Amino acid sequence: MGLDFSVIPKYLDIVLLGALWTIAITLGAAIVSFFGGILLAVIALYAHPVVRWPFRVFSFLFLGTPLLLQLFLIYFGLVQIGIDVPAFVAGVIGLGLHFAVYNSELFQASILAVDKGQIEAARTLGLSRMQALRKVVVPQAVRDVIPPIGNNMIALLKDSALVSVIGVSELTLSAQRAIGSTYRPFEFYVLVAAIYYIINLGMEAVLRRVERRIQASK
Amino acid sequence: MDYALMQRVFPFFLEAAWITILLSVLTAILGLTCAMLGTAARLSRFRVLRFLGAAYVSVFRGTPALIQLFILYFGGPQIGIQLDAFEAGVIGLGINVGAYMTETMRGAIISVDKGQGEAARTLGMSKWQAMRNVILPQAMRLMIRPLGVNLNTLIKSTALVAAISVVELTYTAQRYIGSTYKPFEMFLIAGLLYMIIIYVVGLGVTWADRKARLN
Repeated sequence: MGLDFSVIPKYLDIVLLGALWTIAITLGAAIVSFFGGILLAVIALYAHPVVRWPFRVFSFLFLGTPLLLQLFLIYFGLVQIGIDVPAFVAGVIGLGLHFAVYNSELFQASILAVDKGQIEAARTLGLSRMQALRKVVVPQAVRDVIPPIGNNMIALLKDSALVSVIGVSELTLSAQRAIGSTYRPFEFYVLVAAIYYIINLGMEAVLRRVERRIQASK
Repeated sequence: MDYALMQRVFPFFLEAAWITILLSVLTAILGLTCAMLGTAARLSRFRVLRFLGAAYVSVFRGTPALIQLFILYFGGPQIGIQLDAFEAGVIGLGINVGAYMTETMRGAIISVDKGQGEAARTLGMSKWQAMRNVILPQAMRLMIRPLGVNLNTLIKSTALVAAISVVELTYTAQRYIGSTYKPFEMFLIAGLLYMIIIYVVGLGVTWADRKARLN
């Protein structure tokens, strides 16, 4: 069986729709991972030990295990405890949490690196601890860590292909559907790889521009 | 928490863990080989080789590993490549991780002080001798830790081959989640085994790093 790329146009709209879903999942999970990462970092650093330790254990488990395994846990675990969410939501939560844990490691380091004098000055001005954290420390910490967080988000785009395994109809699954009726895996997977590559290049370009702006603002 | 069930299925997970270890070892060997070739190409004085090296890194890091596996395993037969799932897993993941390791190796080599290479050349060494006797030994020391990070990622990414039905840890967990409806228990067993593997490899990397620094 040779190659025949002429089957692609007929299915192009299905595949491109899948690409839109991939972008939506990546955006959703990126937002969850960004704010979740900040939250996890603040909890890991400042919360009461009773709260802190369960979160530490959770982070430890998530850092040391594959994303695919975590997706199975979240998808089937939610069903088991009686929460029946659509696969899309489970995918966004799973991807988001996975990268929130990675982002949290970066945020923790950058929060600790913010000059102590900043907190002291804010406290002297009458801000509460929480206010000082939220208005003075975190904004500075976030700015310093944007480049590596951006790299995590590019990794997130590629890992979003995994949610096809729990039945989210994104780019990869839409290709599988097209393959199901054409029996042309090579052509469609190469097409899909090319689409991921283009989205990836776009994200890299945006990240580079943001990095340059941060450099300029320092 | 169903401990009795966990005890009953544990031997099957342990067996699967060996497959994960075997996959990781073979993938690491292939990945390192690809990375050496990739690095040599990227630092070559021939423009064509530099371009090929850069394209390899860009394409394999710029697309999902899962899709690369699918192209090889499902698409391979269309272009005359017949592999079983395990072989496709090792080759697909190995080439993928090789692209990441290429960047690690290249980064270590170009971060060795330029003066070192120049001094060696002044002493009459050829370019290749300077690379082998002066730059590489120093770069080796710099690359052990970041290669360890690559290894850690590699071990976790072997889970992807579950999607082409290789019976390793994640596939086993998935199968038992499906048949027992105990996702948390199965996650804990598989997760624990992954973390033990990663921990042991981490100890090895730390040991190698310390040894390299002492010399």
